[in-house]
Amino acid sequence: MLENFSFRTIVEYLPLFGQGLVTTVWLSAISFVGALLVGIALCAMNLQRGWLFRAPAKAYIDAVRATPLLAQLYFLYFGLPRLGFVLPELVVGILALSLNSGAYIAEIIRAGILSIPRGQVEASVASGMTYTQRMRLVVLPQAFKVTIPPLLGQAIVLVKDSALLSLISVAELTRAGQLLASDRFMPAEGFLTIAAFYLLLYYGLKALAGLSGRWLGTAGART
Amino acid sequence: MMWQQFVSLAGSYPLALRGLGMTVVLSLISLVLGTLLGFGLGILRTGGSRLLSSVIGAWVDLIRGTPFLVQIFLIFFILPEFGIELDAFTAGVIALTNLAACFICEIVAAGIRSVPSGQVEAALASGLSRWQRMRQVVLPQAMRIVLPPLVGQYVLLIKDSSVVSAIGLTDLTRVGWLVVQRVPNGLLVFFLVGVGYFIVCYPLIMLARRLERRMGAAHGEVQL
Repeated sequence: MLENFSFRTIVEYLPLFGQGLVTTVWLSAISFVGALLVGIALCAMNLQRGWLFRAPAKAYIDAVRATPLLAQLYFLYFGLPRLGFVLPELVVGILALSLNSGAYIAEIIRAGILSIPRGQVEASVASGMTYTQRMRLVVLPQAFKVTIPPLLGQAIVLVKDSALLSLISVAELTRAGQLLASDRFMPAEGFLTIAAFYLLLYYGLKALAGLSGRWLGTAGART
Repeated sequence: MMWQQFVSLAGSYPLALRGLGMTVVLSLISLVLGTLLGFGLGILRTGGSRLLSSVIGAWVDLIRGTPFLVQIFLIFFILPEFGIELDAFTAGVIALTNLAACFICEIVAAGIRSVPSGQVEAALASGLSRWQRMRQVVLPQAMRIVLPPLVGQYVLLIKDSSVVSAIGLTDLTRVGWLVVQRVPNGLLVFFLVGVGYFIVCYPLIMLARRLERRMGAAHGEVQL
């Protein structure tokens, strides 16, 4: 049983957990921005008519979705030095998270754009709008509303996925738990504490997703 | 140099096959157990008892709110403190089954809620028992909503099984990690690992897409 559970050790290690938490938050934030950029680029390629841009985008999205993030992370971690790029673990991790989440975000944005009824597009064509005007004034503002909740869902996934970076020794939250587990042989204290911190982030983002749904009126948009 | 690497890689293909086999077996066992448990939990979640429903909901939130890696560490390193010694495989099966059950529970619950209440009332009026109602009226209609995300969930499960390599189980990802220590060509080794996962996952992704299209069409017909 856990009769030796030591809150004192947790308090002692609290600065380490705090640092880990902060690192997890900012590296997830950077990765999310990176993923948005990757996702927008992929989606733009995927919506082209010609296969020249579409085929590589589709292949990339399928390849990412059909393989585990951990294998992708190791691919970059062990593979980049081979190509002459010796980067810090943290950078490799952010790169892996951005490239991975980007594929999912591309699909989320695409679904948002395709959710706009055809009639709207036809009406704007009939009003003599150019492609750019149509996208900027009609399609994207509406698609934006639809994509925010699933994007926040992807942000939750990304924060949880960032735990895998501990396996290439990035000093984030899970790594802090591992250190406590291995230094003091206290896995219960280490891993239960970080689980609590992750839950904090999860409930925070979940509440944000709920609020954004209400602000944007996505819940009532169908009726 | 290059040639030596190829020879060395070719030499480790039995290891790679064993790793792929481990990934498939681990995923398959967890998939079957997780589906059964997930359907059970999903039915209980919508079954009327508010207490039971919120207990299940809270558990699902705990599992959805924490990284899978942390869950594996908790199971592998903390259960022994309660006198339950686990090997990596059993710990992996428990962790994956639990994860799958939680996600499938929510998928099934959403499917059941999507069945119009008139259907349940009609079944009640026809004198069907609770079990008959579920099995003959509600679940067959719910399956339309459940099936596409269920298959998608299986893909996630197979991919998540790679995380079990962190506690030393020799699955496909772990094999890649072992081989790359001897053959220092990370690009090639993990490209091949990726191909292994792709072969298993991609057909399922295609299946999920097809189901989505077909079920969507079927649903449209009913609504017309």
